Amino acid sequence: MKFQSFLNLSGVEFQHMCGIVGLFAKSCEIEAELGGHLAAMLTQLSDRGPDSSGVAIYRNPAPSGSCKLTLFSADPDEDWNGLGADLRTAFNDCSTPVVHASHAVVAVEADAKDVEAWLKDVMPHLRVMSAGQGIELFKETGRPEQFVARFGLTGMQGSHALGHTRMATESRVTTEGSHPFSTGLDLCLVHNGSLSNHNRLRERLRREGIGFKTENDTEVAAGYLTWRLREGAVLKQALEDCLEALDGFYTFLVGTAHGFAVLRDPIACKPAVIAESEEWVAMASEWRAIAVLPGAAQARMWEPEPAVVYAWERALV
Amino acid sequence: MAAAGTEEVVAIEVVDLAVTPVRELNQRLHDLAGRPGPRQWRVLNSSGAHAVACGLDAAVEVEIAGHVGYYCAGMNKLATVRVRGNAGTGLAENLMSGTVVVDGAASQSAGGTGRGGLLVVHGDAAARCGISMKGIEIVVRGSIGHMGAFMAQTGCLVVCGDAGEALGDSLYEAHLYVRGKVASLGADCIEKELRPEHLEQLRSLLDRAGIDAADPSEFRRYGSARELYNFKVDNASLY
Repeated sequence: MKFQSFLNLSGVEFQHMCGIVGLFAKSCEIEAELGGHLAAMLTQLSDRGPDSSGVAIYRNPAPSGSCKLTLFSADPDEDWNGLGADLRTAFNDCSTPVVHASHAVVAVEADAKDVEAWLKDVMPHLRVMSAGQGIELFKETGRPEQFVARFGLTGMQGSHALGHTRMATESRVTTEGSHPFSTGLDLCLVHNGSLSNHNRLRERLRREGIGFKTENDTEVAAGYLTWRLREGAVLKQALEDCLEALDGFYTFLVGTAHGFAVLRDPIACKPAVIAESEEWVAMASEWRAIAVLPGAAQARMWEPEPAVVYAWERALV
Repeated sequence: MAAAGTEEVVAIEVVDLAVTPVRELNQRLHDLAGRPGPRQWRVLNSSGAHAVACGLDAAVEVEIAGHVGYYCAGMNKLATVRVRGNAGTGLAENLMSGTVVVDGAASQSAGGTGRGGLLVVHGDAAARCGISMKGIEIVVRGSIGHMGAFMAQTGCLVVCGDAGEALGDSLYEAHLYVRGKVASLGADCIEKELRPEHLEQLRSLLDRAGIDAADPSEFRRYGSARELYNFKVDNASLY
């Protein structure tokens, strides 16, 4: 039995790639250059995931009483300014949409769920990629190098960010099937691995009122976390619950409004390296993605233990 | 005019991976098997590249001035490979002979299935270090992760720091020595007496690894309880 399972593990290891990166700034200098550092990390893992790329970056929080949404349109001629005007009419106020390739970021003086309901009704062709106070989420098919240039990632500042390069195994290569996945306010997830019980779990979560937009296994993990948090669990507990609920191989990186967390499955075949310096905390599938950061050679480095939650959060002031 | 008796100046062959593909480097190293050519090599800008210096079969010295990715120095015979940085998954996998030294840390499955030779990791080694080893000798100056020496058959694993969970699970006849704490022992792995011949083996391995800060008497020995596999004492000399 034991030997059989070992052989299976080896098989999966070689079939399923994908690269994940995360960067948490501990200094103003890193915050100012966060997008550039993340871009450098992401392109290092281009070979692990040439199908699609994506990032979630936390920055410029919307003021209290407002929400921030990242929207995607498949139409290259999308009238984003027109959308801004319509949102301004429908709600109290709305910022001018900031366009990044096929995506636009907009802050609306309203509750996120009201804006999402309005969009679903009036602009059903738009897809909400993320909603919350600080999160902005961009993802697209194509290699990381192209993604970084198209979305202007290098020019973005922020407090923390995570990213993904995808080699698809469980669903189609589309913008929607790319990572990160966000199913809750300011919450997102990137994943290296594959889940085997996602179909059954998706049905169970649908009965709990969690919505899904794709057939992707990672979206189910993100939905599971959203459900646990909605039920009152704190992030650490919600992640520990994943160890019971999810069957498969995974290294997860979870972004929240204030930081990020890392979890590997109990076997921990999927790679993960964490490093921490005075200026940053970084996580990646491979060391080479961390080696591009300033001061990497002096950083404390280790590989996360299986089934242990590692979390970094900004102190709230 | 050169004075008589001056040391011969050995030319070092330098390969910069920023301009030379890994495949070309490896082919040039493979071409040295049984043929003349440079005996000392230095590799620049490895930048975490995979499969650097894999499949060598000649008594050459290769120094890699940086980090390497997966499967560095895999299947090595005769050569000495030194990594001046960290190494990714599958370092020195299936090592046959020769020496592999990593100044930094090694990722999971370091030395896995190795049949001979010496692997030295001066930092930590991650999960499954020495998985299914079959004669390789591994010395880790730091600590190792979970499931170290899983299904290890023969050879030696020396850990100067701590070992993670399930050390030596389903162990056969490999010798395991740990100086620090062991989080837990795997199935069929037990602590055994550290006898004079084991102290001698430890001393020799630490010497060869260039580690003088650890005293052999500080280690504890772990081995197979021989209850999980069909051990026959008549075959003991085979290991």
